[in-house]
Amino acid sequence: MSKLITISPVTRIEGHAKITIQLDENNDVADARFHVNEFRGFEKFTEGRLLWEMPGITSRICGICPASHLVTSAKAGDDILAVEIPETAEKLRRLLTLAQWLQSHALSFFHLSSPDFLLGFDSNPATRNIFGLVAADKEFARRGIRLRKFGQEIIEILGGRRIHTPWTVPGGVREALDPAKKDQMLNWIPEAKETVKLALDAVKKIHKKFAKEIPEFGNFRSLLVGLVSEDGGLEYYDGYLRIKDGNDNTIAEAVDPKKYFEFFGEAVEPWSYLKFPYYKPLDYPEGMYRVGPLARVNICDYIETPLAEAERKIFKKLSGKLNVVNNSFYYHYARCIEMLFAVEKIEMLLNDPAILGENIRSQASINRLEGVGCTEAPRGVLFHRYNVNKDGVIQNADLLIATAQNNLAMNRTVQQIAARFIDGKKGKITEGILNRVEAGIRCYDPCLSCSTHALGQMPLHVELLNAAGEIIDEIRR
Amino acid sequence: MSVITFTINGEQYSAKEGDTILQVARDNNIPIPTLCYLEGLSTLGACRLCLVEIEGTPKLLPACTTKPTEGMVVKTDTDKLKRYRKMIVELLASEGNHQCAVCVMNGHCELQDLAYEVGLDHVRFPYLFPKKSLDATHKDFVMDRNRCVLCTRCVRVCHEVEAAHVWDIAGRGIDCEIIADLNQPWGTSPSCTSCGKCVNVCPTGALFEKGATIGEMEKERGFIKFIVNARKKHEWVRVAEEDE
Repeated sequence: MSKLITISPVTRIEGHAKITIQLDENNDVADARFHVNEFRGFEKFTEGRLLWEMPGITSRICGICPASHLVTSAKAGDDILAVEIPETAEKLRRLLTLAQWLQSHALSFFHLSSPDFLLGFDSNPATRNIFGLVAADKEFARRGIRLRKFGQEIIEILGGRRIHTPWTVPGGVREALDPAKKDQMLNWIPEAKETVKLALDAVKKIHKKFAKEIPEFGNFRSLLVGLVSEDGGLEYYDGYLRIKDGNDNTIAEAVDPKKYFEFFGEAVEPWSYLKFPYYKPLDYPEGMYRVGPLARVNICDYIETPLAEAERKIFKKLSGKLNVVNNSFYYHYARCIEMLFAVEKIEMLLNDPAILGENIRSQASINRLEGVGCTEAPRGVLFHRYNVNKDGVIQNADLLIATAQNNLAMNRTVQQIAARFIDGKKGKITEGILNRVEAGIRCYDPCLSCSTHALGQMPLHVELLNAAGEIIDEIRR
Repeated sequence: MSVITFTINGEQYSAKEGDTILQVARDNNIPIPTLCYLEGLSTLGACRLCLVEIEGTPKLLPACTTKPTEGMVVKTDTDKLKRYRKMIVELLASEGNHQCAVCVMNGHCELQDLAYEVGLDHVRFPYLFPKKSLDATHKDFVMDRNRCVLCTRCVRVCHEVEAAHVWDIAGRGIDCEIIADLNQPWGTSPSCTSCGKCVNVCPTGALFEKGATIGEMEKERGFIKFIVNARKKHEWVRVAEEDE
């Protein structure tokens, strides 16, 4: 008699999803799946709109990382206009991208994931959230919230608003940085650095506290994909794609991001609205790859800022001799390292005199009929590819989103955690066990509104079904 | 010139012969919402937003085309009028594809301003989501029929001021659309002088400059009045220079 366990919706992620766990006749975990039940349709309804509107429209894909879509879309626009944007515009866009990283990573770590780590996987679910965290460690929570605020404030200063600013456009940016605002941002740096260091200390304690659970928390080899700078450094705005495997072998080097579609395909499964991107040469599903903080910190040769580079070296030692960290649990650590990098790099950019330049926008009309934009969004590498007619009207849009690219890996993680922690023979699944399965998904900080380019809202509902479809156990949250 | 005395909202006002109720109201800072009306262009009474109540008349009449008569009693802000105006804006919203958040005119749009003015917090009618076309064939400008409210300011300014008469209305009823010349792509229009007057008078984001991004399009509408006055009074600066 086989059973099916459903976790729906998965909580403390950005979007709506459910997890099903299928037990076999011996009550062992046979399969586990991460289903995304959102549908958006941006690729379709942007057809017929104008290129210049695309950054504004596609930034509406997400309320968490709108700046990532904005910048990526504007870069696709630069490509179609065939312009080189002014130096100041590029630096300002870099600043915006890092502010986006910082606010999104702070949200993921402090608001969404740390309640599990600091309060415990088995703690009361009613308080296992940011409010419970505030009650348990007010200062830690406050600092996390303020770190996110710093990122948001940079976005607001640059773009006039925190969410959905239309400030980045094909050809550059719309407004120069007000010199008076530069110091306002710089004043945040000492506090932000201190907060990220607190987060890093917390992460290291978490590694010890959960030492027994971590080895089977999404620990597997996969391809790792991300941007690196021309000389192999951690990159977030430009550069080339590097693809490594789980044994630290370089599979592809210096790949032009504009050719991403030659390397990555998208498979579809009938049980999820989220597609399954894969690395074409290895085919589906063997071409599973991971993107985002874990991939980026793994594949780069160095990080250009000193504090983050020192942490990267510690990170690399986690895997012993292998020199590549394959365990998805360490996404959290990599995310904190990236927060440190973001704070340091924001400081560098603000101290660069070119950031105050006034030449910020290149003008051109349609010079190419196809363009690709690529940046590293908080959750991983993001691609926008547009085809336009000679008047600049979108004929086709392809958006390859970071969370989607982690879909195969998220499913593998769910399977591994379910197999390790769920003992179907007991006939009863505790809420804490199911939370571990969810926590496996949270490692990737998935953003489902992005990746499905939200319909539906459900309370957490877990059902344990027998082969006849009868509910033999049920949990509601 | 004879002077007419009449009341608006209980106050007495005088009007010159030929003045409309709207002109008198505007001269005296009495707010009456308008959409198709633009100073300098012919009046049409099409949008019905400037409807007013006139004592002794069962029908509501547009202030932009109605001339006051001696002793007329006009009301501009009754509950009934407010209700009707709100409904008109709701109907406009429901029969077009007005996505303010991602529109080039966001923050500078007359339709958006009207929606705020009449207190439009939701639309009671089902959205029609009509399939409308976008014409980006002109080298400088774009016509997005999704955002057109058929005020015909573009048609009038092109005919009356620029004298090119590029724009017309095709179709009937709810299917009406603004077309260029013989219903052809704007970029192929032989009559268009690319003067941009239609773009500037358009109240919404239906006509805009190519390359404008979200909320970036702003329009200058005062020039129409200047051109028309100058023409009537023969005060053309260029003509004066040539005469010298």
